[in-house]
Amino acid sequence: MNKDILLCGVGGQGTVLASKLIAASAMAMGETVHSAETIGMAQRGGSVTSHVRIGAEGAPLIPKGEAAVMLAFEPAEAVRNLSYMKEDGVVIVNRIPVKPVTDSDYDGGVMIDYLKSKCKNLIVVDAEELCRPFGSSKFFNVAILGVAVGSGSTGLDRDKVLDEIERTVPERFLEANRQAFLTGIQLGGNYGVK
Amino acid sequence: MGKEYVMGNGAIAFGAIAAGAGLVSGYPGTPSSEIIETIEKYNDGGIHLEWSVNEKAALEVAAAAAYAGMRTMVTMKQVGLNVASDPLMSLAYVGVKGGMVIVVADDPGPISSQTEQDTRRFAGYARIPVFDPVSPEDAYIMIQEAFDYSEKYGTPVLFRPTTRICHGYASIDVPQKVAARAYEGFIKDSKKWVIFPRLSYLNHAMIEERNPKIGKDFSTYRANTCEGSGKTAIFTGGISYAYVKDVLKDRTDIKLCKIGTPYPFPEDFALECLLGVERVLCIEELSPVIEEEIQKLAGIHGLNIEICGKRTSDGILSGEYSADTAAQVIHKFMGEADTEKGIDVTDAPKLPMRPPVLCAGCPHRASFYAVKKAMAGRKAYFCGDIGCYTLGNAMPLDMVDTCLCMGAGITMAQGLHWTDADAVSFAFVGDSTFFASGMTGVANAIYNEADMILCVLDNSTTAMTGHQPHPGTGRNMMGDMVEKLNIEKILSAMGVSAIETVNPFALEHAINTVRKMADIKGVKAIIFKAPCIALEKNFNKLHISEKCISCKKCIREIGCPAISIIDEKVVIDEGLCTGCGLCATLCPVSAIGGDDGE
Ligand code: SF4
Ligand code: SF4
Repeated sequence: MNKDILLCGVGGQGTVLASKLIAASAMAMGETVHSAETIGMAQRGGSVTSHVRIGAEGAPLIPKGEAAVMLAFEPAEAVRNLSYMKEDGVVIVNRIPVKPVTDSDYDGGVMIDYLKSKCKNLIVVDAEELCRPFGSSKFFNVAILGVAVGSGSTGLDRDKVLDEIERTVPERFLEANRQAFLTGIQLGGNYGVK
Repeated sequence: MGKEYVMGNGAIAFGAIAAGAGLVSGYPGTPSSEIIETIEKYNDGGIHLEWSVNEKAALEVAAAAAYAGMRTMVTMKQVGLNVASDPLMSLAYVGVKGGMVIVVADDPGPISSQTEQDTRRFAGYARIPVFDPVSPEDAYIMIQEAFDYSEKYGTPVLFRPTTRICHGYASIDVPQKVAARAYEGFIKDSKKWVIFPRLSYLNHAMIEERNPKIGKDFSTYRANTCEGSGKTAIFTGGISYAYVKDVLKDRTDIKLCKIGTPYPFPEDFALECLLGVERVLCIEELSPVIEEEIQKLAGIHGLNIEICGKRTSDGILSGEYSADTAAQVIHKFMGEADTEKGIDVTDAPKLPMRPPVLCAGCPHRASFYAVKKAMAGRKAYFCGDIGCYTLGNAMPLDMVDTCLCMGAGITMAQGLHWTDADAVSFAFVGDSTFFASGMTGVANAIYNEADMILCVLDNSTTAMTGHQPHPGTGRNMMGDMVEKLNIEKILSAMGVSAIETVNPFALEHAINTVRKMADIKGVKAIIFKAPCIALEKNFNKLHISEKCISCKKCIREIGCPAISIIDEKVVIDEGLCTGCGLCATLCPVSAIGGDDGE
């Protein structure tokens, strides 16, 4: 399997855990994986990305136009990274914007409309709605991963991902994470991306 | 241990363990910090591991152990090498017995650094070898080889990964736990270990004779490779090699030459690569190190080759490469059309900027705000320093007038005082930075009778680089609980005339303390003490009630990222709020409170 997956969002949204779960699951399926994260100063409320390259021997960063799947935790970040996507790539985006203190008049709806005009395969999810049953948007990272896996776009085996969630997540958050993932799977399943 | 999916820094750590390192020291700095943190996780006490107070200390500790024959590793970021350059330049003359690898992480971009300096240059300057890995996997093997070369030539060597290697992940075959190698112990020999002009003179000649030999040795080293054939060649190294490889894929009409040891340059190897070549393109980040070596070779050997790179503005002059910029540069050089791939986003709506900001509930925000309030209407200078609190520069706080390098805030506040004695000069320094290089600045202020207020922002950790312990935290990297160095006692012993410790969230008291200090002559200190919120867990989150009159004072004054306007209403994001209460203290109508109805 050769697949480039891009995760993007804002520092603190939990993109790193999601990317680690993707990498670990792909490795459990026998794939070679490389990935790269934003760490350090840029993490503090800044734009963050994780590039996960499954099966690639190449560089840790995905070249423009080669990502097959995007997990966007924030609408403007989806737009910011859109040039990395293949034309028929699958973009899964959270509708809820994170507004920077310095730019509080930015409108997430405009970003979603733009994505609609550009993406052949767009899945818009609502993090608040999706996470309401679990009481915290902390679990959104695992939920959106569920959507991606459920949509079939990642090529990842859901049971392998579940195994990794069990291995990685601390005991007391495990049940909520599992439920969030399965809810995501169900939602993703409604989109028939092959 | 088997295969593990680790960060490049983890790969370096495992490589050092596999090589039998007995002592590892360093100072935190992005992107190098996780090397020591990884070793801490696997160390059973077989390796002496330490966060030293700064890079100079780290290098000296490791150098002496290497004199005794132990294998040692030092880690730091590129600007850390400036601090450690004093011992390094001398150590290069003296040499070592046990293998000594100095890992210096460069940061093209720069992503989290003050400079885009190139450690490969430092190698040439110090006249010692440097290794440049192309991937985490390569780093794991290369660091072990670096130890071998270091011992073979009795010299410390530099190992230079860049951010994308340090923070890239790959799976590594992790070795069974290897104990530190046996070593002979220190053997007294003042002709060898005591640097004197005579020794430097002799060793200088030895080094200049030795380095071309190392260059020859490197010419057959596995990390210097040549693929493909033809009349054009691309010379590259480090992460740029991976990008170029991504662009060239299986193309064989271009020679791809990878330099894993930029100094001493593997001249024989490069000359062989250049056979039959008419045009060369150099693709490297930071400085044109390989490019200038090729120019030199062409000059010495009278090669008629067109050499393109930074000098000709074909390569990027600053910042980092990506597969895309590498493709553009290569296509232009080859006179080929650049293929635009993927979704065209030239018509995208304006994107919000996201400069890094202090976290919600960060005590630094309260400290800066207290000083700002206290100095309203008074002329004051605010000298910042390196750490999370550099982010106090962001609007609306706007409380950083200068920031240069570690510890500089303290001495720069003195410099500004000597230009304008009527203004109040402040220096803001974090606890870790205070221990790293703040104390000498305080001594300087007292000795030279400056007038200044030192604000120590003590959050009990090294927050910016990922919460490493330091001498004030009472814990070290061997897992021992140790006596905490007390900043207040240190300052008082040095002779600071007035010292107060305040809780920045007790805003009234903090403001009054700053005002009081501003009227005292001499060197004063205020220690703003409150833990970094990343170390805390249970928060009593606040919310905004109907009483809110939408004056937006809370947003305008402190810029907490937890407060924003949604549908015209001022709201607190409970996911982010830590209940620090700063916003509540300044709301004119007491609209902000917690669950307990405060
Ligand atoms: S209490 Fe106010 S200032 Fe403190 S974190 Fe919460 S919203 Fe921010
Ligand atoms: S300061 Fe108080 S009244 Fe003014 S906008 Fe903030 S919460 Fe509302």
